[in-house]
This record gives sequence, C-alpha cells and structure tokens, in this order.
Amino acid sequence: MTASRLDRRFQALRDEGRAGLVTFVCGGDPDPETFQAILGGLPEAGADVIEVGMPFSDPMADGPSIQAGNLRALAAGMTLERLLGHIARFRNGNSETPIVLMGYFNPIHKFGPERFLEAAIVAGVDGLIVVDLPPEEDAELCLPALARGLNFIRLATPTTDDKRLPKVLGNTSGFIYYVSITGITGAAAPVADMVGAAVERLRRHTDLPVAVGFGIREPEQAAGIARLADAAVVGSALVDEVARHVASGDTSGLARALHAKVEGLAQAVRRARAA
Amino acid sequence: MATAIPATTHMTTGRPNSFRAGPDEDGHFGIYGGRFVAETLMPNILELEQAWRAAKEDPGFQAELDSWFKDYVGRPSPLYLAQRLTDHLGGAKVYFKRDELNHTGAHKINNCVGQILLATRMGKKRIIAETGAGQHGVATATVAARFGLECVIYMGERDIERQSPNVFRMRLLGAKVVPVTSGSKTLKDAMNEALRDWVTNVEDTFYIIGSVAGPHPYPALVRDFQSVIGHEAKAQLLEKEGRLPDLLVAAVGGGSNAMGLFHPFLDDPEVRIVAVEAAGDGIETGRHAAAMSAGEPGVLHGMRSYLMQDADGQIVEPHSISAGLDYPGIGPEHSWLKDMGRIEIATATDQDALDAFALCAKLEGILPALEPSHALAEVTRQAPRMAKDQIIIMNLCGRGDKDIGTVAQHMGVTL
Ligand SMILES: Cc1ncc(COP(=O)(O)O)c(C=O)c1O
Repeated sequence: MTASRLDRRFQALRDEGRAGLVTFVCGGDPDPETFQAILGGLPEAGADVIEVGMPFSDPMADGPSIQAGNLRALAAGMTLERLLGHIARFRNGNSETPIVLMGYFNPIHKFGPERFLEAAIVAGVDGLIVVDLPPEEDAELCLPALARGLNFIRLATPTTDDKRLPKVLGNTSGFIYYVSITGITGAAAPVADMVGAAVERLRRHTDLPVAVGFGIREPEQAAGIARLADAAVVGSALVDEVARHVASGDTSGLARALHAKVEGLAQAVRRARAA
Repeated sequence: MATAIPATTHMTTGRPNSFRAGPDEDGHFGIYGGRFVAETLMPNILELEQAWRAAKEDPGFQAELDSWFKDYVGRPSPLYLAQRLTDHLGGAKVYFKRDELNHTGAHKINNCVGQILLATRMGKKRIIAETGAGQHGVATATVAARFGLECVIYMGERDIERQSPNVFRMRLLGAKVVPVTSGSKTLKDAMNEALRDWVTNVEDTFYIIGSVAGPHPYPALVRDFQSVIGHEAKAQLLEKEGRLPDLLVAAVGGGSNAMGLFHPFLDDPEVRIVAVEAAGDGIETGRHAAAMSAGEPGVLHGMRSYLMQDADGQIVEPHSISAGLDYPGIGPEHSWLKDMGRIEIATATDQDALDAFALCAKLEGILPALEPSHALAEVTRQAPRMAKDQIIIMNLCGRGDKDIGTVAQHMGVTL
C-alpha cells in the first residue's frame, strides 16, 4: 500500500528530528465561515496534523468546552455533509496537511458508513477517530475504511493494559492517540512521568507514531509532551479560544487569535527537543 | 454490520427457536446492542461482564439475591386482580403486578440490589447512577447506603424540578445529587454525565445503569435482575387461574420494567405482549419519547437501538410528562423483539396517562406512577376488546407519590 498523507507527515517529522503538533477544532464552530478561516490558516500557524470534530448532540467523552463547541456548530447549521464540503475547500489549497475527522458514530451511522467513507475520501479526509467504536465493533466502519486506504486511529488509555493493547493496535493505522488521563477532554493536565512510561510501553507494542493528548493547554506542556512522544494534541484550549470570542460578541478577530495561539504552541513543540 | 443472529433459527421460518437466548457473545440482539463505548471504559465493561457471568454460575449469589429480594425489597410483590377496573372496562380480567409496593416504591430496586451485590464482589468503592424520575436514583442511593458505599447521582436539572421529593430522598440517603445542565437537562443528559464520570473514575467506580440500556452487558444483566417480576407473575397467575395470561402490558422508558415482566413469557406464543411508549403531546407533534414508534436504529449510550434522531443523526430531545419515560432511546432487546414481531408497540399521550392515573385512583385506591399510567391507558383500550374470560397482566411498576406535584400542576392545583 502506498504511504498515506499521515505516514508521509510523520516520516517528515522524524526526518526533521522533531515532534508534531496536532490541533483539534470543532467542525463548523462557531459558524461556517469563521470555521473555514480557522481551518485554512492552521497549517501556516504550525499545525502538523489537523483533527476536525464532527459535531454531535451528545458527545459523551467530551468535557464542557468541546460539548459547547459541538452545540455552537450545530446551532450554526453544521452537518456532516456540509463539514465534508469545508474539508474539500481546505484541500483545494492544501495537499500536504493531513486531516483526521474525530467524533461519534451515530451521525456516520445515519449518513450510511459506506456512503460516508466515499464522501470523506473525495473530500480529502485522511483518517478517522470514532470515539465510541472500540475494536469490538470494527466490522462496520473500521475495516471498510482501512480497505479504502483511510487511516483508522484508535485511542489507547491508561486503562488499556498490556493484554488489551494488541487488540487496540490491531486495526490502527496512521498513528496511535494516547489519552494521557482517564477522563474526558479538557480535564486535568497529565503527569509527565506517567506519560513517559506510557509512551515507552506503547512503543514496545507498535512502530506507529504516538500522539499524546487530553489536558494539554499551554506551550510548555506541549513542549514537555514533544520530548516524550511523536506529537502533542491540543484541543480544548483552542475551543476555549473560540468560546471566549463568541462570549465577547465579536468574532472578527477569532481566526487570527486562534492562529496566534497555535503559533505559540508550534514554536514550543518545534524547540522542545533542541532545548 | 452484525447480521441477525438469534442463537438458533428455525430452518424454514427463519424465526428463532427461542426469543430468550440473546444476546450473543458480543452483546448483540440481532443487529441491536453491542458495546459502543470509549476505549477507557472497555476494560471495565469486560470486567463487569466476567463478574456477571461468574455470579450467574454461582448458586451462592442467587441465594444471596433472593434473600435481599425477600427481606429488604419485600418480594414477591402481589399479583392483584383489579376487580373494579375490570368491571368498569367490561372485558378481560385485569391483574396488576404490584412492584409499586417494593421498598422505595418502584421496580428499580430489583436491579439495584443485584448490581450492588456485583459491585461489592468486584471490590468497587464508589457508586454512580443516572436518574430520570428519580426512582432509580433513590433505589441506588438506598442500596449504596445499606452497603456503605459512596454514591453520586446524576440528574437533569429539569427532572430535579419536577421530581423534587425524590431529590430530597436521595440526599437524606446520603447521596450526592449532581444537577446536569447540558442538552435537554433530562435523562439522556444525566446518562452522558454519568458516563463522563465513569470514564474519569473508572478504577474504583461502579456504574449502576437503571434500565436495560447502555453497552453490553448492561441490557442483559439488568434484564436478568428484573426478570424476577415475570417469573413471579407467571407462577402467581398459574396458581390463581391455572393458566398463562393472554396479554402483558408495560410502559417502556429504557424498558427495564417491561423486559422484567416480558422475558419469562417470550417463548409462550399464546401470550401477546404490548410495550407502551410515551407519546407526549402526540406522535404527530414531534414532542414525544416514542423511539420504537417514531425513531430509527442508531447508536447512543453504548448501544445500537431505535433512537429519536434527526436527518443528520443528531439526537432529538424527547418529551414526556413522565420523567422516567423521557428518554430518546430504548433497550436493544426491545428493538429486536419489535423487529421480530414478538412484541407490539403502542403509545399513550401525556393526557392519556393523566386520565388513567385518575381512573386508577378512583376505582382501585392506588396512585400509580405516571410511567405505568401509560401502560394503564393501553389496558383501558385493550380490555374492552377482549373476552371476559381473558386475562391481562399489567406491570404496575411504580407508585405515584413522586408525581403528585406534576399531576396537581396539570389540574391547576397549587400544593
Ligand atoms: C416507576 C417507573 N416506571 C418506569 C420507568 C422507566 O424505566 P424502564 O422503562 O426501564 O422501566 C421508571 C424510570 O424511572 C420508573 O420510575
């Protein structure tokens, strides 16, 4: 199989000898136009991989920030179909930065898994993270996605022990996303020592790049993770930036402010191993 | 997609030889059920499944459960011939299975006793639960107090308003009641929040799900604990009438009181079975909680089942006067039994339920909870169409004390 956009990106990072920054934003948050502007500027701001949340009314594994982001996006009319349109527009101007869709199964189930996979590939999506599809439920979406050359990225957590890890890694591709805490998005920051040990443990089981997320908000934290793992994922902190601007009633400066935040994180990640 | 998988199917008709054999190894009832949960929870639900299987094999566990049922819950609950109601309706004999007489006033305690015994076997120190009407919350707080475990109950803010006596009861029992302000602020949101807690505190926490819903093994496990209702009813009716009933009727929110009554009768083809969903303001208004009547299969809260959702797969906020039925989904086994044609689905509106509530109070001297009032509304439609020598068993699964505020409000009375 030819290397995917994610494979190429992680290979490039390895060649540069640095970790990557993975940014998460809620698709369609706070409104379609602002979202498109946010998305379009992320690569230049320093995002190496972009995760886009597929909005869902009941995001069970997410904390208050991302729940609110989902609801803002839905209230502004976002649908899975429209979101794929936004990704396609992004792809017109960018052929290098991988896009991973992240969310819950029901909107995909309703869309129809086969039809969704077709549409996602046409739009230029590279991978999927579906929070509520464990390996036990692989048949319907994961296996068909892999067969079509999409990456299927799985979450490993502190509760995923050595016995279970092979099962979780089995049909995972692109990278493995280590959730550094037992908890929901936006919760407490991870403890560096424990993350280090966890990444080591994952590396004993897989050659896949390891991205670490949940609870990383500040540049120094991202740098700390960048010393241990192949990538650091930042989500709630960016979604909070959206919320702050929405609360102020003026979103005209939102995309720029969010990109500035990403620049700060990216610089810290890029410098981390040199320091 | 998991294909239809009754354990064994009849060679020529394609119907399962038994409707009681599910779920399969992975928790599927046909295409329904499964384990759609975040990875953090997977080890826990696998551990729970093991503990449940071990308990099922252990005669000591069953004996312990029976003793709690008898001396703490007050089982068996009576099977009562509602004679004045029967006379009033002029058709089939109507029996009530009186689970409203259980300790804490509803069937919910059956399941809570079973699950807390599992929790103690598994060495868990902290109990969480979601609640709608507050009956499951009260039952959970009750067993947590009795077993000396910390207890946190998630309850939608809207339900806290309409079920305030139950909130106070939970607090008296030492539970912490956490108001849930997300989404529709009702049962589904309470379940989201309980799942978030569980993901965070997975090591020491046992999640007592209150219905035959959620990821495998909950639908099967809760059914097993609630099936005491149907087993008793069957034996009691055989003793009183020497035969099986012609019709079973029960209200469905998540579906646990209904499955508890239905399951022991599923392989008795002469017994018709009707599950009653909450039609709220009427199915046509869209303001209802009738997942099987008006929804389509989807995935929420760890299971595939009928689900109220929009064209984009977003969950539609349900509506029912009854907090216990105000849920956009339904247990997966019900969905399968509906598709197989083994159970029929009926609906009752808020007004139907209020009318049935009033009728039951007047004729039988029983204030039913608003949930079984929905079942009673269906009984008032079915009984007159049936012969006088036919028999209906309805699950009177909860008492109405918790609902008098809501009923008063609808009557324009200030308490
Ligand atoms: C008395 C009563 N009946 C029914 C229900 C609905 O749940 P289920 O459908 O699981 O029986 C509730 C839920 O709170 C309840 O309190």
